[in-house]
Parts: sequence; structure tokens; C-alpha cells
Amino acid sequence: MYENVMKSAERFKARPLGRDQKIGGMKQREDLLFMKVEQEQAVPFITWLKELGGFGHLVLFTAVDFIEQDIFQITYLLHSYEQHHDIVVLVEIDRQKAEMESIHHLWPHAATYQQELFEMFGITFPGSPRLYEDFALEGWQGPPPMRRDFDTKEYSEKTYFPRPGRVTHDPATYMKEQLYPGEAQTW
Amino acid sequence: MDNDSNNKEQLDEIRKQLTLANNDVREGEQAYFCDARPVVVEPYRGILERFANWARSESLWILGFGTGCGAIELRPLMTSRYDMYRFGIQPRPTPRQAGVFVIGGYASVKTMKRIVRSYEQMQGPKFVVGLGSCTINGGMYWDSYNTINRLDHYIPVDVYIAGCMPRPEALLAGFNALKAKIRAGECDGMNKYAQNFDWYKANQKQIIKHWEMPDYNW
Amino acid sequence: MKDIAMKALYTLISLFVILNYGLLLTGTMARVRAKVQGRIGQPVYQPYIDILKNNFLRTSIYHGVMFFLGPVFRLAGGLGTYLFIPVIFGSTIFSNFAFSGDLLLVMYFIFFGQLGMALGAGQSGHPYSPIGVSRGLAQMTAFELPFALAVISIASQYGTLSITGIVAAQQGGILNWVAFTNPLAMVAGMISFLGMSMDNPFSIVLAPQEIPIGPPTEMNAGFLGMLQTNRAIFNGAKLVLFMNLFFGGAGNLLVMVVKTFLLYFYVVFVGASFPRFRPDQSIRFFLGIPTLIGIAAVVLQMV
Repeated sequence: MYENVMKSAERFKARPLGRDQKIGGMKQREDLLFMKVEQEQAVPFITWLKELGGFGHLVLFTAVDFIEQDIFQITYLLHSYEQHHDIVVLVEIDRQKAEMESIHHLWPHAATYQQELFEMFGITFPGSPRLYEDFALEGWQGPPPMRRDFDTKEYSEKTYFPRPGRVTHDPATYMKEQLYPGEAQTW
Repeated sequence: MDNDSNNKEQLDEIRKQLTLANNDVREGEQAYFCDARPVVVEPYRGILERFANWARSESLWILGFGTGCGAIELRPLMTSRYDMYRFGIQPRPTPRQAGVFVIGGYASVKTMKRIVRSYEQMQGPKFVVGLGSCTINGGMYWDSYNTINRLDHYIPVDVYIAGCMPRPEALLAGFNALKAKIRAGECDGMNKYAQNFDWYKANQKQIIKHWEMPDYNW
Repeated sequence: MKDIAMKALYTLISLFVILNYGLLLTGTMARVRAKVQGRIGQPVYQPYIDILKNNFLRTSIYHGVMFFLGPVFRLAGGLGTYLFIPVIFGSTIFSNFAFSGDLLLVMYFIFFGQLGMALGAGQSGHPYSPIGVSRGLAQMTAFELPFALAVISIASQYGTLSITGIVAAQQGGILNWVAFTNPLAMVAGMISFLGMSMDNPFSIVLAPQEIPIGPPTEMNAGFLGMLQTNRAIFNGAKLVLFMNLFFGGAGNLLVMVVKTFLLYFYVVFVGASFPRFRPDQSIRFFLGIPTLIGIAAVVLQMV
């Protein structure tokens, strides 16, 4: 399986990410593979994975906002039931021109993910059905809330009547002082 | 009524525009809905009201609408371990018949719309139990873009049960506190809502942008 | 004139007794069910408080004139069913308005309430109400068949359509009861009684989880109080009817209480033991073996 995917990955200019290296002292799962693809090659590569590679299940489809690098990273998590193997396809798109090809022709339920991504990140997927309809936020006005330049705390304080008197404590010191004042520190 | 909103101008503007004539209902469907404001219903006097309050407190029918993650704490109440039936509490699947609305934890704007509609469809006197810290001050979702912080700015609340999540025992204690309040005749959320109708509606309309439902749901 | 006044007084006494008996019986059986589930359960007087609370509600909403007809027809159906059944054999107070053809009228009144409910529920405009009503009417039509066959069998056995006559024919010992003289009719009737009680195997009509509460979805406050009052009376009436038809009637109130309690206990016993049927399953069930038993009972009486 691995060789097969790798061979086609070369064709689609996809490169695997750190399969053998340890991340955070932990060895990566054997049945999980991260692939990074260019934006133009992404949908052809995913199509190949679905139709010929046997990865017929779209498990997850989301985006991450890397505001420092001015990109959105779109993540497709595919699963193959025959091989019991996951593949994560990572695509970086420009944050200023947030537009990605739709994959609703491959999996109809991807349209719902795309609807959500448009609502939360403002990423458009031309041709995707029901894209501009309300999904979770009914009648949202303002910038997409999951973009990191949107200050949720400020928005919440402005909109939702914060109750005065909220304090934040460090749990460890607070418990030591309030709940067990006489006990010696054991941690 | 205290109003600690920090954008008074916006509220005032909404209040000015507040025509409240079911304008947001779909075309041609306005005739199906009531178009009158809620009215304050005077309670009975003397011993009759005390007796009625006793009956109300001993027969609490919960609206079975799981509004947040706290709804999972309501289910164990029906089981033989906690057995809420012995306190005269039972779930009721339709707002028309229920008397107690349990807000199960955080309420997002989308849920808030349904909460308002269900609350207004209940027949008074109706009681609201805010379950979990989220209904009090937003809890762990206090800085979220889509979760309300204070429930009592949108519907009148009788009893809060703090905790994240409160256990079923805490819920039972909360219901008993609600009973004591009802017996003492202190739970008048329905009339409070009718008296401060404009204030509540302005607050609701400030967050619910796609209203698309009747302004009067009774 | 004095006769009419006395009759009115007797009717009121009779109604008062059956209402309280029905409410207490409902509360007791809720308690029994709770014990089966290992709970303590609600207080026995909970049905009283519920009715009181519903009638004490400050606001109430209705959806047009027909909406009133639902609870009113329901209550009329319950009262009609009860008032034509002689409760206690030989008693003036509890003989109600029994006459020579009352069995037919009672069978009609059992159906009547649900039809009235269909009007009210339809007017409420809530989509779940007509679903509940159509399920209720379908199931009712299905269990009416074995019940009607059992009644035909008894009527041809004793040659009368009067409940008093049927009870009179069963006097003089336990072996004279229809349950022993015509066991097939008893079996068919008691199975349809399960459906009529709308307890567990056949409780999909009320279905508190699937479709909110069935036909009375939009009923609130006083309307709901009326329906609950009717349920108590109707329950009592059904129990008394089946006691009269199959188990020899009652000579005094104590016998009536014992027999109806055991009858209701049988319903709760079955309800606590069996899961629910879907409406199509329950209709198929009633049109199957119970109907065949009923036909057999009729044929045995006719030949």
C-alpha cells in the first residue's frame, strides 16, 4: 500500500511528512500518513486516493488558520477500510485569496463541511451546493469567527452582557490556599 | 431593572425600531400567529393563591428540550437511582403542557432562538431553572463568539444551579429550592417578562439577527 | 319531578365515586409501576395535584372553535360510556342510566371520544396531533373487532344486549361467569381490553417520546385538566364494563373495587412486562389471533 501511494504521490508532487521521525518524543502511529500537496494538485490527488487508492471514507475535513504565515491549512482526513489506514492530506492556501476547489462531487457530505468552513473561516468553494446558506450561525454579521484576527473575547464582552466579578485563579495555587490550607505540598 | 449593557446606543436603536408586529414571519403566514403583547395576570388573592402555589410546586412538569450539555444530567433523574417522580417532577414533551423550563447549560445564539420560542409557548405561571455555570456568567464559554453569558437578560430565571456540570443530586436540591420559592409566591417570572417585555425583546433581537419567527408566541 | 331530582343526585354521587376511584387507581398503579422499576414513585395523590395545577394555570391558549370540541367530546365520550353502565348490580344509586340496549351505546361511546379528539387535534394545526389521532383511530378500529366479536358472542349466549341482563345471568356462583361459561369470548375481550387501556404494548398512541404526547400535543391548562379528568372516568368505566361483561359484575362497592383493581393490575402486569408495538404491528396483532378467537367464540355460540 505504502509503495503504491508513494508512487502516485510523486506524480502529484505530494510529499510525505515525517513518517519515521518522532514527534514530541512519541513515535507516530503506523497506520497514519501525512501528505502535503500543492493547491492545484490537491483535488486530483484526493480523487486518485478515493478512486484508485481505496481511501473511500472522508473522515474529517477542516481548516487551520496560520495567521503568522498568512495561510490557511486545509486538512482532509481519509480512511481506507480495506487497508485500515488513514491519510491526512494537507493543503496550504493563500489567506488573502481564500478559495479552494470543492470536493462535493466525490463525497456529497463534503458540501456540509464546506458550508461550515465558509461560515467559520470565510473560505469559498466555488460550485459547492448550499454554500452561502446559514449553517450554525444564523444571521452572523461581521468577520468569520474562527479566523484568528477576530477577537472573540472582545466581541463576547461587547455583545453578551458579561457578568461582573469574574476572576481567574491558577487552579493549583487556588486549591492549595482555599481548599487544603493546612496541608503540605505534595506535588 | 438593572441594565449593565455597555453599548446602550445600540440597544436604544433596536428599541426604537422595535415595531413587534410579526414582521419577520414569512409572507402570508402572519395571520397564523397572535399579534398581542403579553399581559400581566394578577395572581389570586389570599388562601386560594397559596393553595394554587402549593399545587404548582408539587406538580413540576419539565419541558423535555435538551438545550445544552447539561441535558445529559436530566436523564439520570428519571432513573430509579434518583427518581424525580417522588417529588412530583416529570418530563413533558411539549411546551404547551410544561411548567418548568430547564436550560441545560450553555445556550448558543442558535439555541437561544429556540429557547425564546419555547419559553413563550409555555403557559404561565412558568418557571426557569438555569443549570450550570454557563447560564450564570457564561462558564467556560464566557469569551465565545456565539454563547450568551447571562441567561437572565433574555428570559427571567427563577433558580440557578451552579456547577460544571452539577450532579443530579444538585439538580434535585435546585428543584426543591424552586419548590420552596414557588410556595413562598416569589416565582413570578411570567409577569416579570410581560412587564419588561420591551427590554427582553430588545436584548433578544440584539443577538438573534435572523429573527424569522413571530414576536408573540403564545 | 322527585324521581328526576333523585336520579340526578344519584348520577352525581356515582360520577363522584368513579372520578375519585379512577384518580386513586391511576395514582396507585403509577406507584406499582415504579416499584417494578425499583423506584419509590410518585405520591398516590399526584393525579389530583396535576389536575389542580392544570386548572390553576393563569393563561391558556386555544386554536379556533373546534379546538374546544376535542376535550369536550372526549369528556362527553367518557361520561357517556360511564353513565350507561350499571356499576353495581341491584343498586339504585349506581345503576346509572342502564336500559335494554345499553351495550351497543357504550360501544359507540368508547369510539366517540377519539373522534371528537380528532376534530380538536386537527384544529390545533400541530402536525404531531393528527399523527397521534390517526394512530389512535387505526388501533382503536383494530381492537374494536375482537371486542365486538366477544360482545356478539355474549349477546347471543344470553339473548340480551342489556348489561344488567348479562350481569343478572352470571349471578349465582363463580362458575356462572362468562369467563367460565364462554372462555373464548373472555380471552378475545381481555386482549382487546389491553389495547383499549393504551398501556404498554399498545401505548404508541400516546407515545410521550416519539411524537410529543400524541393527540393532546397542543392541549394546555384547563383543556389538559379536562382530558385528565376524562381519563380517570373513562378508565373506571372501562374497568366496570369488563367486570360486568366477563366477571360477574359486583354486588357491592367492595367487590367492585377488588375486581376492577385486579383487572387494572392485569393491564399493568402486561404493560410492565412487554415492550411496545408499533402501530402497524399492533393492528396486525389485533386482526390476527384475537380476532380468530373472537370468531371461534361467536361460532361456538351460534352452532
